[in-house]
Amino acid sequence: MTSATRAEVCAVACAELFRDAGEIMVSPMTTIVSIGARLARLTFSPDILLTDGEARLLADTPALGAAGAIEGWMPFGRVFETLAWGRRHVVMGANQIDRYGNQNLSAFGPLQHPTRQMFGVRGAPGNTINHATSYWVGNHSKRVFGDSVDIVSGIGWDKVDVDNPAYRFVNVYRVVTNLGVFDFNGPDHQMRAVSLHPGVEADQVADNTSFEVHDLASAAITRLPTDDELTLIHDTIDPKSLRDKEVKV
Amino acid sequence: MSDKRTTLDEAVTSIESGMTIGIGGWGSRRKPMAFVRALLRTNVTDLTVVSYGGPDIGLLCSAGKVKRAYYGFVSLDSPPFYDPWFAKARTTGAIEAREMDEGMLRCGLQAAAQRLPFLPIRAGLGSDVLAFWGDELKTVTSPYATDGGYEELVAMPALTLDAAFVHLNVGDERGNAAYTGIDPYFDDLFLMAAQRRFLSLERVVPTEELIKSVPPQALLVNRMMVDTVVEAPNGAHFTTAEPDYRRDEQFQRLYAEAAGSDETWAEFVSTYLSKSEADYQAAVRKFAADRTAAKSAKEGGTR
Repeated sequence: MTSATRAEVCAVACAELFRDAGEIMVSPMTTIVSIGARLARLTFSPDILLTDGEARLLADTPALGAAGAIEGWMPFGRVFETLAWGRRHVVMGANQIDRYGNQNLSAFGPLQHPTRQMFGVRGAPGNTINHATSYWVGNHSKRVFGDSVDIVSGIGWDKVDVDNPAYRFVNVYRVVTNLGVFDFNGPDHQMRAVSLHPGVEADQVADNTSFEVHDLASAAITRLPTDDELTLIHDTIDPKSLRDKEVKV
Repeated sequence: MSDKRTTLDEAVTSIESGMTIGIGGWGSRRKPMAFVRALLRTNVTDLTVVSYGGPDIGLLCSAGKVKRAYYGFVSLDSPPFYDPWFAKARTTGAIEAREMDEGMLRCGLQAAAQRLPFLPIRAGLGSDVLAFWGDELKTVTSPYATDGGYEELVAMPALTLDAAFVHLNVGDERGNAAYTGIDPYFDDLFLMAAQRRFLSLERVVPTEELIKSVPPQALLVNRMMVDTVVEAPNGAHFTTAEPDYRRDEQFQRLYAEAAGSDETWAEFVSTYLSKSEADYQAAVRKFAADRTAAKSAKEGGTR
């Protein structure tokens, strides 16, 4: 058994987001998640659809940044239709996430006079109310996991109005960080530890999160990559080791 | 048959202060930058801008021409990603932001194109989008039952435009035009949502040649959708207009870095933006030539 790096553990944890996903479009917005999505397709989730980051659906599963044969067309207009249709799982980054999974990638500070401007809410409001949404955070810290987010871009579980059926597709699924894997199956849909990566202690997560993370003591240990998975990551998906740049160890 | 061609500067004389303008493309992709530069040469101000934003919004903000912006994001699509002038406008409170989900923007253009007051969309519910819009954005309750209840949805208002600007790869003098890249973005909707429709083209060719050179489904725009045509080679620079050219990453970095201080920005404006489009393109060619010369000098020196 070869030893796996933290980045490789994270990539496999991201791949696990798409286990049993079936024939849906997976939209990874960062490097680690892209590695995970390609790994999932090459192993246990062969049916997922992936784009090249532009409008081409990839038939091949090439290395990050490499071209490959395509199987279809997915321009932005069709992405909007697909996400409203629900056949999609997006994994976005986040500048802030709170205990209910509210996410901010828009700006810090007041709405009309922010202290720092990022992208804007992008597709986060539409993603989160229409289909499975997960997040990747490479630097698990109190700054990211705060008591509240400045601008709710992706909606969290506390925003769900049970009297309004329009919220019935909300599925804020999981957060994968450099420390562990989390979901929102704690009390009142609060964040809960699913597993901590090998070598990560519960205290380390608690010390780097502003709110209580449920089930920290009973969390499992994130599984290690198999030898086959490591070979795929090293040789096929990420020969340039881009994975290490996105993970704080 | 009418020839709709004119010049960039003549085209933008019909744009007045206070108008609402839509800008096609997406982020730093196939933006009608030659039109944006032409707007920078006018005295127009207090614009409301609707855009899948990139350096188009950034440059208009740099000249203080934007009063209000309707956008889902503003992105340079490649490092440094965040547009410096949009960030300055936002953090100084210089512009009023009507931020929204990306899908909402298309929905608002569709409503405008169909002459509807609004279209329903799920996106936005529960998020701070509604707070960004104040009283301007409302919800609507479905008259049809869903799961025993009634869905309350965002009533996305029509984003009706006084003018729209788009840039395509090839077209004719009457305004039939094709995109030859991979994504149409929402250029057709921008044109259909607008009163005055401005199209810039990499190449203007005879209609027969246009029809021979692209598959029919690439003909995104027909002449009903266009009032004014301008031939503007390299007119999307420094954004991409693939397959004609890719994004000029070095120039985009120069733009972003120049925004760092008053002095460097003044130099950027003086070198690139203070004169005509032809002067801009000449300065860009010089930038590329100097870069190539510097690179070969460096490589020669290390041998």
